[in-house]
Amino acid sequence: MSDATASRSVQRGTAMLRRLDPAVAASFGCILLLLLLGSLYSRSFLSPEYLLQQLKVASFLGVIATGMMLVILLGQIDLSVPWVVTSGAMMACAVAAHGTIGAVIAIPCGILCGAAIGIVNGIGVAYLRIPSMIITLATNAVAQGLMVAYTGGFAPQDAASRAMRYLATGNAVPGLPNAVLVWAVVGAAAIWMLSRTTFGRSIYAIGNREQAAYLSGIDTRRVTMLAFALSGALSAFGGVLLAGYASKAAQSMGDAYLLPSIAAVVLGGTHILGGRGSYLGTVAGVVLITLLQSILSVMQISEAGRQLIYGAVIILMLLIYGRQKT
Amino acid sequence: MIAAEPLFRAEGLSKRYGGVIALDRADLEVRPGRIHAILGENGAGKSTLIKLMVGVVAPDEGRMTLEGREVAFARPAAATDAGVICIFQELSLIPDLSVADNIMISHPPTRFGMIDRPRQRRIAEEALERAGAGDIHPRALVKDLPLSRRQMVEIAKALARQPKILILDEATSALTASDVTKVFEVLKRLRTEGLALLYISHRMHEIAELADECTVFRNGRRIATFAAGTKTDAEVIELMIGREYKHAFPEKPGPKADGRPPALQCRSLGWADRLKDISFSLHAGEIIGLGGLDGQGQRELLLALFGVLRDCRGDILIDGNNVKIESPVAAKSERIGLALIPEDRKTEGLMLPMSVRDNLSAAAFDRFSRFGVIDRQRQSALIDEMIRLIEIKTASPDLAVSALSGGNQQKVVIAKWLMNKPRIILLNDPTRGIDVGTKQEIYRLLRRLADDGAAILLYSTDYDELIGCCDRVLVMYDGAIKRELVGTDITERALVSSALNVQDTEPAEASVP
Amino acid sequence: MTEWRYWFSEQRGTLLAIGIFVAMFLIYATNHPAGFSVNMVQTAANKATLLAFVAMAQAIVVITAGIDLSVGMILTLTNCLASWIVVGTATETALGVIGVLGAGLLCGMINGAVVIFGRLQPIVTTIATGAMYYGVALFLRPNPGGSVNETLADALTGRLFGVLPTSLMALAVTALVIWVPYSRSVVGRAAFATGSSEVAAYMSGAPIRAAKFTAYTLAGLLSAIGGLFLTFFSYTGEAAYASGNAYTLFSIAAVVLGGVSLMGGRGSAIGAIFGALAFRTIGDLLFVFDFDPLWQPLFQGLVLMLAVSIGAFGLVRVRNRLEWFG
Repeated sequence: MSDATASRSVQRGTAMLRRLDPAVAASFGCILLLLLLGSLYSRSFLSPEYLLQQLKVASFLGVIATGMMLVILLGQIDLSVPWVVTSGAMMACAVAAHGTIGAVIAIPCGILCGAAIGIVNGIGVAYLRIPSMIITLATNAVAQGLMVAYTGGFAPQDAASRAMRYLATGNAVPGLPNAVLVWAVVGAAAIWMLSRTTFGRSIYAIGNREQAAYLSGIDTRRVTMLAFALSGALSAFGGVLLAGYASKAAQSMGDAYLLPSIAAVVLGGTHILGGRGSYLGTVAGVVLITLLQSILSVMQISEAGRQLIYGAVIILMLLIYGRQKT
Repeated sequence: MIAAEPLFRAEGLSKRYGGVIALDRADLEVRPGRIHAILGENGAGKSTLIKLMVGVVAPDEGRMTLEGREVAFARPAAATDAGVICIFQELSLIPDLSVADNIMISHPPTRFGMIDRPRQRRIAEEALERAGAGDIHPRALVKDLPLSRRQMVEIAKALARQPKILILDEATSALTASDVTKVFEVLKRLRTEGLALLYISHRMHEIAELADECTVFRNGRRIATFAAGTKTDAEVIELMIGREYKHAFPEKPGPKADGRPPALQCRSLGWADRLKDISFSLHAGEIIGLGGLDGQGQRELLLALFGVLRDCRGDILIDGNNVKIESPVAAKSERIGLALIPEDRKTEGLMLPMSVRDNLSAAAFDRFSRFGVIDRQRQSALIDEMIRLIEIKTASPDLAVSALSGGNQQKVVIAKWLMNKPRIILLNDPTRGIDVGTKQEIYRLLRRLADDGAAILLYSTDYDELIGCCDRVLVMYDGAIKRELVGTDITERALVSSALNVQDTEPAEASVP
Repeated sequence: MTEWRYWFSEQRGTLLAIGIFVAMFLIYATNHPAGFSVNMVQTAANKATLLAFVAMAQAIVVITAGIDLSVGMILTLTNCLASWIVVGTATETALGVIGVLGAGLLCGMINGAVVIFGRLQPIVTTIATGAMYYGVALFLRPNPGGSVNETLADALTGRLFGVLPTSLMALAVTALVIWVPYSRSVVGRAAFATGSSEVAAYMSGAPIRAAKFTAYTLAGLLSAIGGLFLTFFSYTGEAAYASGNAYTLFSIAAVVLGGVSLMGGRGSAIGAIFGALAFRTIGDLLFVFDFDPLWQPLFQGLVLMLAVSIGAFGLVRVRNRLEWFG
């Protein structure tokens, strides 16, 4: 009896190892390598404080990348991230300025704004069959236009609500930043959704072969639209957290999250053409990108060098893993 | 009888796709100044032979010689340069370019590195004239032309390339009667000019009119070559179908009469110009076959029933109730209970990189989920049961489907729909390209499902299958049901002749409205 | 008569773009507070030319059914480079111009090589290379600055014979020297064929790879010409992230307005030029009608959204739903 369970768990273990995507393994390898490199440079690199700080910074990207991952799993892409992040942040702050009720509904309002933009994306992709890259660029422009018109082009004066600041910077559990907790909850929900719900399995099916999914009687259009709505909501939520972190929203605060979120997902082994990828990989990708950023800035490599290295690393990783096998 | 030395010779050509032998040590000799017809059933190996000749695929073994020199074409362009040119069915025309651009796509006349448009246009006009299609304007965009005109452009394009061997693969199937006459004149003229022509057609009277010699293929092998006119139609059909029955089929229980309305009934179903006035009834417990040549609307009929096609005319009745089926989601609903095993399992039936479990689940989420949350235990139980029931050979349900054999993959496609307990099952050529053993299993399975009360509509390109499996067969031709065969009337001869529409051999069949 | 009809059907997209532009420009000119004047035309022309160059670049890639999201960054990079090397004596300046154009060519070649030989998706490839090009731009100009040969700059942004804006002439000459020969060459036609139907192009033996490579390379070159002109107008180099992104975005809008099909195979760079001119004029209309300039980004976003949605109307004609997935 116990022998049987033991052998089964061994079996399961080897099965997991076999299923471990080489890209995910490579990402974790790269993380270790970066930590090693960093520790050679500075002692404090391996200290718990530093690592927790990194995780905290990573959690903002993590929330945004979760949405991006859903869309990429479908074989689509969401380029509206920059201004959805900004819209979420600005709208939440704006609502927060309206007394107690405002403060209470600030966070849901911000998220709903993002979801609304996501639904527009989803309608465009699923029902009008506009290439996702194009329609999300367009909604990004519209969101930008709305925000510029709303703020008058200046940095908005509204401050983040206390709840937002608490979520982003507080410590409900001593020693563990709330932002990390938030990411953990979002991540756990994503893992559950992707593996245990019909919606999640449908996303994978559509990403692999939309035609086959459609002929299986999956409502491909509704699933696609929902995924984009979720992506928008999560981007906006990321924006809300960022606003809480900085105490206020800022113009173009989302620009810095488009490329990293795509990169994190793709580096984590999610196939850019959709259908394959695990959330674990996205976690690895997010941590990897954050560490890379941190090390580059600790080493005082300029923004110029950072952009160059980003671009180069992404193309390199893609050349190694991302190609379609023919 | 033999006019000249062969211009082209193929010896022992073989081609395998996975476990299926598409062409088995085939020989062929093509002589200049003659029209050589190739005949054979669906899947006899004709298309494979042509693909090998024009460099679309490479042979597994065998050799080809052109004008005495051995040749091996790596790409279609290489075959074109050597003068072996095939007129495909509108596969090689570029929709957004003009007729002249298309005709001269591979070797346009240039001046200072730029395409010399006036000269290109002159050459194109000449080629169109030679093809008997002088009415097509060289500046018209290909996508604006109707199908029959496009086919004429294909012919002109082939002529402009100065072919030595011209292959026409069902090149007249889309043409109007007057075009066919023109094309025939052109082909006869080309013959006198010394070209070698290879003519593939299912239309017996066309072959009788054109061909100098005929070669019959069957099951990937060359069966016979003979001078045209030395055999009757009946003898030719005999050669095409052969006499071997390879499969044992489960017994047919014979018709059962019960008073219930048919599970599925069509009344004057139509779609665009591809489906015309289709009416039939399918009862529970019955297997109806769809016969006919490939591409006569069978695929469209199944898709129309499954809610994939828009703007269908006519009525569909389920259990006697008129229904509108607007999507596969609706088609598989409890109320309607349809299932479709699609034509191409790799692109339409399966998500290849995903596991057997995921594939089996895809059509039947409702059976093991509540409010969108999957009950894993129930899912596993159902999947294990199905794998046992259908005998899918896989080490684990978590294995990727792409790792299974073709036959097992096809079983997954069928099983995925059986998970949903459908009442009406549509199958689009489910045994194409799979091994004999699995075929037998599928036949037994279909009969068992019918006995358990399912209504089955089976399209097959394999005549044996239609004879062995089906209680009735509807033979389709040009988007309409031409003939219904019942019980012992379902013979190979009846199927082939009605598929070729030779029983009523009036020339009217050549015209497409 | 029929000749004329075929010509019209070939040029429909381009003619429509010209029509839109003329209409917009008439509205603009008749309502302009300063009235229709040579000065007004010159200013408008100078602003629009930049976008027109980038739009040409985008059109050439889009015709092959690809996309280049790095055109804006190539423009930024070449702008920064020009602010260093297009200075000094006539010979030095000439060499500098050649250097700038060469840099653009190189960027385009990198894009083409990665897309074709790396077999990566154009979207991700060009986002990543765009980040790299921006990195180089930042490296060249961490802060706005630099200078340009002002004689040349003034000559190319002034007026010819006191009436014709030189920048428009330069645009016309570029179209004549690059687009016209390209579109009539064997490679150019192969580019159209590839975009229209890659399978058919292969079956017909058209040089697909050469066509794609040439397209990306030319896109790099044309973006560099845009960068050069940006330097001539501004006299400085600036690695502005937002403005680079905006150029990429607007280039897509211009291409769509210019009648180039995003599915590939149809359209012309001439159409894209007029698309760009029209897009700029639409943006300026708000200004003429005394709208708050704050509404301009929103308005431009909505125009873009509308433009990309136009293609969706073809969907109504699709009668076999499986063609959605083609």
